[in-house]
Amino acid sequence: MASSEVARQLQNDNCRPLSLSGHVGFDSLPDQLVNKSINQGFCFNILCIGETGIGKSTLIDTLFNTSFDDRVSTHFHPNVRLRAQTYDLQESNVRLKLTIVNTVGFGDQINKEDSYQPIVDYIDAQFEAYLQEELKIKRSLYNYHDTRIHVCLYFISPTGHSLKTLDLLTMKNLDSKVNIIPVIAKADTISKTELQKFKIKLMSELVSNGVQIYQFPTDDETISKINATMNGHLPFAVVGSMEEMKVGNKMVKARQYPWGIVQVENENHCDFVKLREMLICTNMEDLREQTHARHYELYRRCKLEEMGFRDTGPENKPVRVALLKGYKDNKKSVSHSYSSVESLQETYEAKRHEFFGELQQKEEEMRQMFVQRVKEKEAILKEAERELQAKFEHLKRLHQEERMKLEEKRKLLEDDMIAFNKRKAATELLQAQAFASTPTISLKKDKDRKNTSFM
Amino acid sequence: MHGREKTKEGSSLVPGCTSMEEKPGQPAPEETPSNAPPGTVGRELFGYVGIEAVLDQMRIKTMKTGFEFNIMVVGQSGLGKSTMVNTLFKSKVSRKPTGPGYEERIPQTMQLQSVTHVIVEKGVKMKLTVTDTPGFGDQINNENCWDPIVKYIKEQYEKYLREEILISRKRKIPDTRVHSCVYFVPPTGHWLRPLDLEFMRRLSKIVNVVPVIAKADTLTLEERAEFKQRIQEDLKAHGINVYPQEDLDDDSDDRLLNKKIRDKIPFAVVGADTEHQVNGKRVLGRRTKWGIIEVENPAHCEFPLLRDLLIRSHLQDLKDVTHNVHYESYRVQRLNESNQLAPSPAAGLLGKHEMESNL
Repeated sequence: MASSEVARQLQNDNCRPLSLSGHVGFDSLPDQLVNKSINQGFCFNILCIGETGIGKSTLIDTLFNTSFDDRVSTHFHPNVRLRAQTYDLQESNVRLKLTIVNTVGFGDQINKEDSYQPIVDYIDAQFEAYLQEELKIKRSLYNYHDTRIHVCLYFISPTGHSLKTLDLLTMKNLDSKVNIIPVIAKADTISKTELQKFKIKLMSELVSNGVQIYQFPTDDETISKINATMNGHLPFAVVGSMEEMKVGNKMVKARQYPWGIVQVENENHCDFVKLREMLICTNMEDLREQTHARHYELYRRCKLEEMGFRDTGPENKPVRVALLKGYKDNKKSVSHSYSSVESLQETYEAKRHEFFGELQQKEEEMRQMFVQRVKEKEAILKEAERELQAKFEHLKRLHQEERMKLEEKRKLLEDDMIAFNKRKAATELLQAQAFASTPTISLKKDKDRKNTSFM
Repeated sequence: MHGREKTKEGSSLVPGCTSMEEKPGQPAPEETPSNAPPGTVGRELFGYVGIEAVLDQMRIKTMKTGFEFNIMVVGQSGLGKSTMVNTLFKSKVSRKPTGPGYEERIPQTMQLQSVTHVIVEKGVKMKLTVTDTPGFGDQINNENCWDPIVKYIKEQYEKYLREEILISRKRKIPDTRVHSCVYFVPPTGHWLRPLDLEFMRRLSKIVNVVPVIAKADTLTLEERAEFKQRIQEDLKAHGINVYPQEDLDDDSDDRLLNKKIRDKIPFAVVGADTEHQVNGKRVLGRRTKWGIIEVENPAHCEFPLLRDLLIRSHLQDLKDVTHNVHYESYRVQRLNESNQLAPSPAAGLLGKHEMESNL
C-alpha cells in the first residue's frame, strides 16, 4: 500500500497524512489484535442441509480431520429438526469453538412442504438471540457465544440432472439469511464428463432462479486470484471418508471400491481439498464478517422496522426534525443522528401508549361484558321472583275462596241445626199440650208423665 | 472460559471441557436447540486442518481496514504536551512552534483542539487523532475546568451510541471515542495537587487515564522514585483507578504484566523532538550545559516505557477497554436515563419481544 495512495485517499477524509521520521512501533497492531483474538478464541458455526444419508456427518469429519460423534439417523422422522453440537478444537495456539448444526429428517417426509421452515426459524432464532443481547442495557458482547450460522453447506444429491425442487425452494428461502455454499455430495458416483455438465446445469439453474450463493471475495489482491478460480469450480463435488488406505507408500483417506480407490485428498478425484481450503484456510474470517455485516444487519433492520422503529425521516417526525431541516448539511447529519435515540424512544412511547390504549380498551370491554351479564342475570332472577310472587298470590286467593265457601256451608249447616232444634221444640210443646187437655185423675201421673217427658 | 493450554506443536490435544448435552433424538417435535449452548467437548485433530490460517486472514483484513486511535493530552501549559506527542509519533503532529520569541496567549477559557492524521508504517495504516487541551488549569479559578473535557468525551460516546442504534447502520462505525487520556503531572516532587486528584478521579471513571510526570529531567532519580511512591499512595488512597485497571485483569499472565506496569506508574518522561549526536549516533534528546538527556534511553527517562505501553503493546487493549468497559457503562447510564423518562428503547424492544411472544 503506497503511502502516496493512502495520502490521496485520505485527503478526502480531511486528515493530513504524516510522514514518520523514525520507527514508532504501531506496526505491531495487527499482532496485538491477533493475540487478543487468540486469547478469546474463535467461533465458527456450520449448518449442513441435506437429505438423510447423503454424507453430511462424514464430510464434516473429514473436513476437520476428527471424528465428531454423530449417530446415524433414521429415515422416519415426521418433521425436520435441527441438532446442534459444539466442539472445542485447538490447532497450535488457535482455539476454535465449532458448532455443527445438522438437519435431521430433511427430505424424508412424504409431504415436504414445510421442510425448510424449521431451518429458517433456527437461523432467525440465532439472529434474534444476538439481537436481544445487543439491545440489552447491560450487555457483554465480547464474551458472548456467537451462535449465528456463518456458513451453510447445502448438499445436492448427485443425480446428474438438475436441482430438485426442494433444493431450489430451500436455497431460495435461505440465500438472504446465510452464506450458502452448495456441494455435490457423493461425487464418486458421477463421472468426470457428467460432473462438468451437472455443474454447469446447477449453476445456471441457480442463476436463473435468482439464488444468491456465497461468492468468494475477490477484492483483496492476495487472495483474489485463487478465489476467482475457485468461484469457477462451484459447486464443489466432494467425497468424504475417514477410512485410511495404503496408496503407493502413504496412508490416505479414501473409499475402496472393487474397481479402484477414490482418494479424498486427490484433486483429480474430487474437490474436497478445494472445499477445505476455501472454507477454512482462506475465507473463514470473511464468512464470519459477511454473516455479521450483511445477513445480521439485514435481519436487524427488518426486525426493527417491523416493530415500528424508524431512523429520523422528515415525514414522520414532529416539530424537532422540521426545525432541523433548515440547518446546514453537516449540522443536519449530526442532529440527524442526534434525534435517533430520542426518536427510538418516542416511537417506543407511542407504541407503549398504543398498547396501553388497547389494553385499556380490552379491559373496558370485558368490564362492560361483565356488567351486561350481571344485569341479564339479575333480570332473569327478578322475572323468576315475580312469577313466584304471582303464583303465591294466586294460591292465596284460591285458599281464600275455599275458605269462604266453607264458611258458607257451615252457616247453612248451623241454620239447619237451629231450624231443626226449633222444630223439635215445637213438636214437644204440641205433645205437651195434647196431654194437658185430657182430664186426668192422677195428677201424679201427669207429674210422672211430665217427669218422664222431661226426661 | 476455556483453559489456556498453549502448546507449540502442530495439532494438539485438548482435554474435553464438560460432557456434551445433546438434544435427545426422539421423534417428538422439538424444533430448535435452546439458546444456551450445550456443553462442549474437546476433540482431537488427527492431522493438520488449517484452522490457524484464520489468524492470517484476520491480519490481512485488519491491515486493509486500518486502525483508529484517539489520544487526549491534558495538562497545564508549558508541561511539554505537544512535544511529547511529537516524540511519541515521531512526526510533527502538533505544530506548535517552540522557538523563542513566540508568544502563546493563554486562552481565556479552555478549548479542545483535535487534529487528525494518518500515519502508515510497514503497511499498517493508522488514523491518529490527538486532542489537545490548551488552557487547562491555567486560570486563577480552576473550578470545573474538567467539565469541557468530560463533556467532550461523553459527546464522542454519544456519537458512537447514536450510530450504533440506527436501524440501517454503517458497516464500520467511525470511532472518535477517546481511547486514552495522558495526564501530565507537574514535577513538583511533593504530592499530587488537588486539581490533579480531582481531575483524575473524575476522568478515570469514563476513560483510560495514563498519568505521566512531565519534564522529569528536573528530578533526580531518588526524587523521582519518592515522588512516584507518593503519587501511587495518593492514587490508592483516593481510589483512583488509572490504566491498567486492576479489576480488569483477566488472568495471571495479564496480572503479572500489568503489575509490573502499575509499579512504574506514573512514568517520568522527557520529550524532545530534536536530534543530537551522541557517541556517533543520532538520538532524540535535549541538550543542556551539563549533558544530553537522551529521550529513548531507559536509564535517563521512562519515555520508552510510555511509548511501549501506549503503542507497542497495549494499544489494542486500550481500545478494547474503552469499548467494552467505558463505552458500555456510558451506554448503560444513558439508556437508564431515558428509562426514567420512559422505559428505554432497548428494554422496550426487549419487553415488546416478550409481550409479543406471549400474545
